[in-house]
Amino acid sequence: MTRLLAFLLFWIPAAHAQLTIEITGAGAQRIPIAIVPFAGEAALPPGIGTIVRADLERSGLFRGLELPPLVPEPTEATSINYSEWRSRLADALLVGSVQQRPDGRFEVRFRVHDVVKQQPLGGIAYTLNKDQARATAHRISDFVYEKLTGEKGVFSTRIAYVVKRGNRYELQIADYDGANAETALASFEPIISPVWSPDGKRVAYVSFENKKPVVYIHSLADGRRHVVANFKGSNSAPAWTPDGNRLAVVLSREGGSQLFMINADGSGVRRLASSTAIDTEPRFSPDGQSIYFTSDRGGTPQIYRMPASGGEPQRVTFEGSYNVSPRISPDGKTLAYITRNDAKFQVALLDLSTRQVQILTDSDRDESPSFSPNGRMILLATVIGERGVLSAVSADGRVKQRLSTAAGDVREPAWGPFIE
Amino acid sequence: MRAMFYVLSAASLLVLASCATEEQKPAATAPVEGKPGAPQEVQTQPVKPVTPGKPGASPFAALKDPSNILSKRSVYFEFDKFDVKPEFRPLVEAHAKFLRENPSAKMLIQGNADERGSREYNVGLGQRRSDAVKKMLTLLGAREDQIEAVSLGEEKPSCAEHTEDCWAKNRRDDMLYSGEY
Repeated sequence: MTRLLAFLLFWIPAAHAQLTIEITGAGAQRIPIAIVPFAGEAALPPGIGTIVRADLERSGLFRGLELPPLVPEPTEATSINYSEWRSRLADALLVGSVQQRPDGRFEVRFRVHDVVKQQPLGGIAYTLNKDQARATAHRISDFVYEKLTGEKGVFSTRIAYVVKRGNRYELQIADYDGANAETALASFEPIISPVWSPDGKRVAYVSFENKKPVVYIHSLADGRRHVVANFKGSNSAPAWTPDGNRLAVVLSREGGSQLFMINADGSGVRRLASSTAIDTEPRFSPDGQSIYFTSDRGGTPQIYRMPASGGEPQRVTFEGSYNVSPRISPDGKTLAYITRNDAKFQVALLDLSTRQVQILTDSDRDESPSFSPNGRMILLATVIGERGVLSAVSADGRVKQRLSTAAGDVREPAWGPFIE
Repeated sequence: MRAMFYVLSAASLLVLASCATEEQKPAATAPVEGKPGAPQEVQTQPVKPVTPGKPGASPFAALKDPSNILSKRSVYFEFDKFDVKPEFRPLVEAHAKFLRENPSAKMLIQGNADERGSREYNVGLGQRRSDAVKKMLTLLGAREDQIEAVSLGEEKPSCAEHTEDCWAKNRRDDMLYSGEY
């Protein structure tokens, strides 16, 4: 399963600690794509074509072809000799150009071709500032990916995670590939359980800055944040409703750890369920109708599902004595969670219709799985060499990636939604 | 409540423009000819950093006589257990008496769990431990409103190694009085 097909080390100069991505396994059938360096792309280092190629290869679904120097370099305006590209074993071809405008900004144009069907699939022109080269390349990757696979790409999405360095905790927001990491919150007390609002503009999380767990909502663009739940006792495990108006949270204000609903402005708290167990880690199904959560009501922590309006929970996981951290896939058909096998904590995927369970990882201290918004990848935290790192695995278990920073422990990843 | 935020880097705001990316969706059936369509603005979303203030030292002189049992504040638990072991009963009784005799005294009990497993489930386990000591204190006469039981989960270990000895030290309640947290 973990065939070592590609190895990529990608360094990104940024002000903060960078994540680097290493692909440690890839899909069996990858689309061979020729990505011609965009004419004039030297003006936008490290080059649009370079970033697009890294994006597509990272998905595990594409293989970038090595190309000889091409004279003249084809661009989006060139008429394509498809049989020539077929002879280079390309199924797909991406060509484009970069031009600097008189006002100092840039124009990037591209076109993607289906070499097998011998037809162009479309293209776009973008205007951008120099510092938007990466964002532009990710847009292009999304376009190419969707044209060639039929599903949406996640190259323009962002991730949240927590970095611990000494006694300092930082909630960071980065591009999906770890580039452009920015610190949204820095604290001398722990930060856990970040979750993105459905519109991708806010992150809810638990901060211990008041010596106890308190749930906040943090608006990323302006840094404003407000307390959602700071009742007597512990306040933790926020989960957004799909409409982004409310959250499920876990409160101990009435004793124990119990599920409550609360409006995003902190008003209207009401109890959702009542048990003598620990009920925690709620997550809404994509249709908002069900809540999956962890409970030890049966003696060991297992995953249960209940109607979002309240009602009788049904047990969902049965194999093993420790199944926690449920995360429902964007299509609602599978459930990722952490299972303990012997002393190993690993990511498992449960097909909710067939009840089949597959262990996706071969690491042993996995935590906090998080689906990419297209459901293809699962981001997770694990520990390698006594250091917390982020890792990603495809939902079919074939593609594995590791993201790591130069310094500090990285944990609590959360993959953000598609941004419209 | 030292939730003072300060801006780490306002410069990051300038890096990126405001929301909403417009991705033109060329129809699959209508490939772009010659020149692609009109150029679009590429826009990205900024992240503004804030940071809570660093907690300052706030010394609280009372209850700190090393010869007094009240200076001891930690109750340790067995793996997956939440009952107060007999050896810690005198300690909890002493604090219950202190709370009874000092009605204005307030206590925060922070429950903790070892590092294994889910962080949020471990918040639940720590809460079970702090609830246990709170319940014992109130049964011994402390007022419910004198005590807040919270959990730090696995987030604040007193021992950082990955050994059973260390984990045992982290399955713990700490009793703190006003001014000590």
